[in-house]
Amino acid sequence: MTSAVALLPYQQLAALNEAYRKAVSRRRLRVALAAAVFVAALAIAAFGAEVNLKTFFSYLGNFVSYFDRILKLDDGSRVWTNLGEWFWGWRKWLKLLGETLLISYVGTLTGAIFAFVLNFLAAENTSSSRTLRFAVRRILEFARTVPGIVFALIFVIAFGLGPMAGVLAVAIHSTGALGKQFSEIVENADMKPVEGVRSTGAGWMSCMRFAVLPQVIAGYASYALLRFEINVRESSVMGFVGAGGIGQELVVAIRKFYYSDVSAILVMIVVTVFIIDISTGWLRGRLFGRDART
Amino acid sequence: MSRLPLQQTAELRAKYPDIFHRPAASRLATPAAALTAFAVFIFGLVDLDFSPTRFVSGLRELGWISMMMIPPDPGSSLPLYLKALGETLSIALLGTTLAALLALPVGLFAARNVIPSQLLRFPVRRFFDSIRGVDTLIWALVWINVVGLGPFAGVLAITVSDFGAFGKLFSEAIEAADQRQVEGVRASGGSKLHEIRFGLLPQVLPVIAGQVLYFIESNTRSASIIGIVGAGGIGLQLAEQIRVLEWQKVSFLVLMILVAVAVIDFISGKLRFAIIGRRAAA
Repeated sequence: MTSAVALLPYQQLAALNEAYRKAVSRRRLRVALAAAVFVAALAIAAFGAEVNLKTFFSYLGNFVSYFDRILKLDDGSRVWTNLGEWFWGWRKWLKLLGETLLISYVGTLTGAIFAFVLNFLAAENTSSSRTLRFAVRRILEFARTVPGIVFALIFVIAFGLGPMAGVLAVAIHSTGALGKQFSEIVENADMKPVEGVRSTGAGWMSCMRFAVLPQVIAGYASYALLRFEINVRESSVMGFVGAGGIGQELVVAIRKFYYSDVSAILVMIVVTVFIIDISTGWLRGRLFGRDART
Repeated sequence: MSRLPLQQTAELRAKYPDIFHRPAASRLATPAAALTAFAVFIFGLVDLDFSPTRFVSGLRELGWISMMMIPPDPGSSLPLYLKALGETLSIALLGTTLAALLALPVGLFAARNVIPSQLLRFPVRRFFDSIRGVDTLIWALVWINVVGLGPFAGVLAITVSDFGAFGKLFSEAIEAADQRQVEGVRASGGSKLHEIRFGLLPQVLPVIAGQVLYFIESNTRSASIIGIVGAGGIGLQLAEQIRVLEWQKVSFLVLMILVAVAVIDFISGKLRFAIIGRRAAA
């Protein structure tokens, strides 16, 4: 197929070309500059983190062979040839996994309750006083920025070793994270129902209960389920600092080089996380329609 | 207010039976679910050794600890802490960058519009999911066994665990890209590689850059705790000072982490807005 393309006269073309080149070259220069700054930052970072490519490459083999070793039983055969031997401690591990799940469940629920109480005070449109809002927001920020495991470390000293410290750490972190997400939902809520309820002479509590809550409750549940999923992952390491759950068992296995135990526990954690992921996804889909899944 | 005539209510009842006579099952579903949730909660409290006396004495202890934390004071170890903080920031930056570089090509393989074959895509997806199922701290422990104690193990731990998260996010971003540009490149005679380079990447890169910047912030937080297991950074100092009950130093270290995270958050937010525009980032 032939087609005629009308070419612009040369001078016009040259002017356009010139302008295009200028525009592109300015952008290219900016990208190049940004890239240079970034590479410089990386170089400084590499220096600071004691990155040594030589050790990395000489140890990379170790990484592969580490996975080779954790997939071998003591007698040298592959783990999946003898499942009974691989998962020899499954009763104990299942119990600890159950404890991990309970830690994240109780922690998430407690966090959700506190977040529920606090979020109306933190949201722009429902908070009654400016100073109160500022204070609540800072508290939530603090609770969510300090990593959960740091709280766990401190709580282990205050409340003693055991899952209680883990639960409280998960609860505080969830309060911070959920409080922010909840208050964002409230800020997106429609305020007309609130005016309607207020015009009947209702107080603040009734406004929240009858005008705001029906709009936001589904979003709350969805975020809380999502948080539960994240917390399951997080409470699997609470045992590293003595705050209960499967982590204790895992850290011992890794530190003492019980290779096949490491892989067995990791497999159990991953499978548990999968099951929780899929079931909370299913639950959110059932409760709030397909959109809420992502 | 006037009431509806009786006849009309009867009519309404006949018209909307679901509203006037909800079956018991649907009426009881919500209270039953709430009751179950509450029962599991109570079971959890009992099973996890919660006791009021322990809670109260723990709170008293905690109050005492908080009193001891004021005022935050680094003592004479400020230079040491600053160096540890620098290490933490380095770990976060390097780990995130490495993970992004590794995850981009693999993310392509997990995207539906690049690899149509379900058979090839499924294992890649599951692979990402299993990596994400394992917490960063666990990866840190594994890498310590491989490359020894120190920040390098931390970099690798962040790299691996972010690799899982990025793989998923990137492949989702790629799937959301507009297919018409890819088709345009193909129509003008481009190869598969050209399609990806000129059709897909220009759409996807800003989204990906935004996600990477967002992760640098959350990784600063992760990098500040992996020291607890010995993988370098400020977490090592923090765990040590908590163990020896130097509470003023602990509160100072926590403050340092908070400030660092806030600063990184500010910078990465600014950069994100610069790259993808204010509306898209919000």
